[in-house]
Amino acid sequence: MDIVNDILEREQKKAEKYKPIVVEKHLELEFDVGTLLTSDTNDLDSKLIKSDQERDIYLQSLARDNTQLLLNKIWELPTERIDEAIVVRLPQPTTVLPRAKPVPKPKPLTKWQEFAKAKGITKTKKSKLEWDEQLQKWVPLYGFRKAAAEKEKNWLIPVPQNLDPMTDMYEKKATEKSEKVAKNELQRLKNIARARKVKIPRVGLPITSDKASSTQLATATSVAKASTASLGKFQDKLPKEKEARGKGVHELIPGKERKRKLPVPTPAAEKEQNLSMIDRILRKRPKIDMEKAVSKHINEEQLQRSEEKKSMKPMKGRGKPKGKGNATNFSAKKPKGGKGQRNPSKKNPGRKRR
Amino acid sequence: MKILSEDRTRILFEKLTKYIGVNVKLLIDRPDGTYCFREKKDRVYYISERLLQLAQTVKPDHLVSAGTCFGKFTKTNKFRLHITALTYIAPYAPFKLWVKPSAEQQFLYGHHVIKSGLGRITENTPKNQGVVIFTMSDIPIGFGVTARSTTDCRHADPLATIAFHQADIGEYIRSEDTLV
Repeated sequence: MDIVNDILEREQKKAEKYKPIVVEKHLELEFDVGTLLTSDTNDLDSKLIKSDQERDIYLQSLARDNTQLLLNKIWELPTERIDEAIVVRLPQPTTVLPRAKPVPKPKPLTKWQEFAKAKGITKTKKSKLEWDEQLQKWVPLYGFRKAAAEKEKNWLIPVPQNLDPMTDMYEKKATEKSEKVAKNELQRLKNIARARKVKIPRVGLPITSDKASSTQLATATSVAKASTASLGKFQDKLPKEKEARGKGVHELIPGKERKRKLPVPTPAAEKEQNLSMIDRILRKRPKIDMEKAVSKHINEEQLQRSEEKKSMKPMKGRGKPKGKGNATNFSAKKPKGGKGQRNPSKKNPGRKRR
Repeated sequence: MKILSEDRTRILFEKLTKYIGVNVKLLIDRPDGTYCFREKKDRVYYISERLLQLAQTVKPDHLVSAGTCFGKFTKTNKFRLHITALTYIAPYAPFKLWVKPSAEQQFLYGHHVIKSGLGRITENTPKNQGVVIFTMSDIPIGFGVTARSTTDCRHADPLATIAFHQADIGEYIRSEDTLV
């Protein structure tokens, strides 16, 4: 019996070393066995977490318990034995993890793609093989066996009437093809440059003066004028001269680009600027407006004359004098004949008027 | 809302001085707040700084108009006053022209002011001067440019044009869609 007791005692001692595998929790934990993750939503013991001595012990025990629960969950899964080791096949993880790298940007569209998108042009799929009536067989659209088919087809190329009869049509065709390839390559590079926002020089022949349009000449003048050390500030201006305007002109004129990005002044500063501008405009106007002066003079003369008329012959004439005229204030003289003007067209000739 | 370039500010003020002379200063120098001119799609707006700040919260593409439209810059970079500016021009105008009630309708349909329709005119108005046109009851109905000076008017025959029509309040109906 001693031996049995001994063994039992030893077992008990052994068991004491290990903690129980059953853990009591107030709330069920959330498991994601696929990523070996548990999350404990139970409240922490605030008294323990605040005390300095017991905090670590508490956290350690909490971690152990939760790990125990996770391992219990793992043991529930079907186990396998591979090379003397017990293994478990984990299920698919359910927790969604954020990606480490940023989301890739969409590829910048080429110029054609942009245009097609704006116009709503969609690509139509062409079949790779096409029936050739002349060769009586299926010919690929491009790639393997296309060149051979082309060679077979074009065993003879007629020279058109409008061309020199000695032209080599094969060579012509080859150059056309190589030019197309070169153009495509150039456009490809341009697209790359555009996507990376690299400035590329303009292409094309320079404009000669005999073939330039008026807008081009105006642009050239503006550019030439601004091409001084002081950016054309002190250049003389022709009357009614206009600065070249239009798409892309502004960028060509030196010193223009910077000016456009002037900061918006503060309200007070703007008011000051505006007032000084108005002052300048008002000062610029001529002090003596000739026309106004002349008209004023004429007006005064007329007034003076009318005044004179009134004062010279105040009581004469039929029109009532404007001043203090009354019934008694008239001349007793008889109207004289032979001095006035007669108006024969009037109905009533009446008496002669002066 | 863009700030006007120096060139355009000059053109704008030169045009305004034709109508209100020295009083342009009163548009800028106001006791009731700071006012300024802003440009959007070649239209010039007269707007208070306070309102401007509120307007700036609107996305530029969505902003149609803010403040009062004074006019627009043509493609040849000339400034054209719109009738909407009348409210600000009329009280400051030194040169005025009154039309008779019988000629009011003619003017509001976009015709010039002729001598027979002229009720009254400011003394010493020179030729080619921007004038505000009023009814006899002192209601501003538009503006134009004199074709004759005041002294010339006296001797003009009844059908002679006194002032060229530029804008009238009838435009609020006639060109509703192009004003702002």
